[in-house]
Amino acid sequence: MSADIIDAVPTLEVRHLQTRFHTRAGVLPVVDDVSFTLGRGKVLGLVGESGSGKSVTGFSIMGLVDAPGRVEGGQLLFQGRDMLQMSPAERRDLRGNRIAMIFQDPMATLNPVLRIDTQMIEAVQAHRRVGHAAARRQAADALAQVGMPSPEDRLRAYPHQLSGGMRQRVAIAIALLHGPDLIIADEPTTALDVTIQAQILSEMQRLVAARGTSLIWISHDLSVVAGLADEIAVMYAGRIVEHGTVDEVLDDPQHPYTQGLIGSLPSANRRAPGQGRSARLRQIPGMTPNLLQMPPGCAFAARCARASAVCESLPPLGAPRAGHPGHRARCFHPGPAPASMETSNKTAPKTAMEKRA
Amino acid sequence: MSEATDVSAEGVQAARARRFDAHSIWWRVAADFLHSRVAVVGLALLAIVTIAALAAPWITPQNPYDLMQLDVLDARLKPGTASSAAGYTYWLGTDGQGRDLYSAIVYGLRISLLVGVGSAVMAAVLGTGVGLLAAYAGGKVDAALMRLVDLLLSFPTILMALMILAYVGKGVANVILTLVLLEWAYYARTARGQALVETRREYVEAARGQGIAPWRILTGHILPNCLPPLLVIGALQIARAITLEATLSFLGLGVPITEPSLGLLISNGYQYLLSNEYWISFFPGLALLITIVAINLVGDQLRDVLNPRLQQ
Repeated sequence: MSADIIDAVPTLEVRHLQTRFHTRAGVLPVVDDVSFTLGRGKVLGLVGESGSGKSVTGFSIMGLVDAPGRVEGGQLLFQGRDMLQMSPAERRDLRGNRIAMIFQDPMATLNPVLRIDTQMIEAVQAHRRVGHAAARRQAADALAQVGMPSPEDRLRAYPHQLSGGMRQRVAIAIALLHGPDLIIADEPTTALDVTIQAQILSEMQRLVAARGTSLIWISHDLSVVAGLADEIAVMYAGRIVEHGTVDEVLDDPQHPYTQGLIGSLPSANRRAPGQGRSARLRQIPGMTPNLLQMPPGCAFAARCARASAVCESLPPLGAPRAGHPGHRARCFHPGPAPASMETSNKTAPKTAMEKRA
Repeated sequence: MSEATDVSAEGVQAARARRFDAHSIWWRVAADFLHSRVAVVGLALLAIVTIAALAAPWITPQNPYDLMQLDVLDARLKPGTASSAAGYTYWLGTDGQGRDLYSAIVYGLRISLLVGVGSAVMAAVLGTGVGLLAAYAGGKVDAALMRLVDLLLSFPTILMALMILAYVGKGVANVILTLVLLEWAYYARTARGQALVETRREYVEAARGQGIAPWRILTGHILPNCLPPLLVIGALQIARAITLEATLSFLGLGVPITEPSLGLLISNGYQYLLSNEYWISFFPGLALLITIVAINLVGDQLRDVLNPRLQQ
């Protein structure tokens, strides 16, 4: 493993990351054994449903996990240095400077009582010893770069005077202020409607490609990630269940959960044969497991049509698929989706597994 | 404020932002404030009282603190009596030492406002600091500070004030010190509660994500969001401090007798009330009443304007 790092140090290498929340009800393994490598200028789509641990993975990398949460294991190698071994001051020096984060709700991430210029100047001066005027100029430049019309006027505005799309542009401009090597975007387009979402997406794509910035795009929306990412990691109940390139994961999903996720995607183009557009969307039967009572084996087994006795022990992130060195699934029964998803979904999940869930 | 997100609405919002961009949130607060006629009256009264207190030497015929200007022969004259020697009229009468009551009231207002505003501002700074520290530090520091606050707030205020003043002695500075010690706890409790709420907000997370130092987040981001409720408490605490000072002076533990505040003037006239020389207590009392009511009217309106739940 360490031999190939020497010639090209990846921007970020996450090894067996473990983040747990110590609540009164018990210990929640919110992020469990998450590993991935992100090269310079690469875009990773981190996909999963609510509570799958994708956001907490992002927060863990940022070092923003708050009590009762704690990063308890693994390594977070940023350009080869383990961030978990750094002092709080060192980590703060990376935050916003080398690693930036963009949050979901642009309404909430800007301070409502401070003008945009106040907030942006503060962000500049957090990492650079520059005067007020120079910091303000840099802020105006950053706004212009993200396609903000008349940035000088916008600087004087309060957040509530800007629309959702403009506020998210401000947030992106703040993230780009110091030309970071890595941006973690936590569902930044979820709160926006589709036309603005498309604008923001193409803007991000342009900016990231121009600077060679690595990007982790956290989303529950496969269709957003499909057009943006180089690789996709699918998370389920705190673990990565499938990891590969966009084409591998979307065209040839191996894990039954990924297949279910893709199957439940509404699409403007899809027509079921002979049914027109009104075909019913498929859903994955059952519920995500309670993190307090995680089954010792595969977390998806209770909802899985393929589950068998082996699934009662934890599957490893398996060997890569033949001919696809980066495509792995955490499943004992990987394989392409059955010809008719419809029938497989109607089959009730089996026996002993069901009782545990 | 509508959440506009489509392209055309973005343009509309842009135009609106341009129109408003010189207007801060405080402008909106000011506009809302002036909506209530009662509050405007209160503000006007407060302005008159404040200006009168500041301009005291120029608008009064007599310096009531200068014993050389007092004429004991003019003691306890009725309102409207002409001065025997100095050549002006005692429009509000004179007190037992022959002070012109109008002059004494205006000078007394000075002391009352100085004590009220001074103690409220100092208590606000101290209390807010302690509250923010408690909220930020959490754990044992928080628990210790908040139990201290509980302890302070559970004592009867007057009793505490009497105890402290009996120890440190009379004097304007000592009264202010006493009031600060008694009042900072109110600010501390509110500031802590507000800061705890704000700390959970996402903009704080975002600021941390930008690598901004913790104390800068506390003072630059959280504090401004905590200010509205503290401002309201501040306004009402000024009134409370003035009343307390008047009470303490009335009880003989406040300001020295040579520099009477409103409370001391009332106290001085108290003994003459039964002999029908009502004005010695009445006019200082009226001045105190007007001041307190004006401050409370302004404070109430501030609370309404700054309360997000009553807005929109």
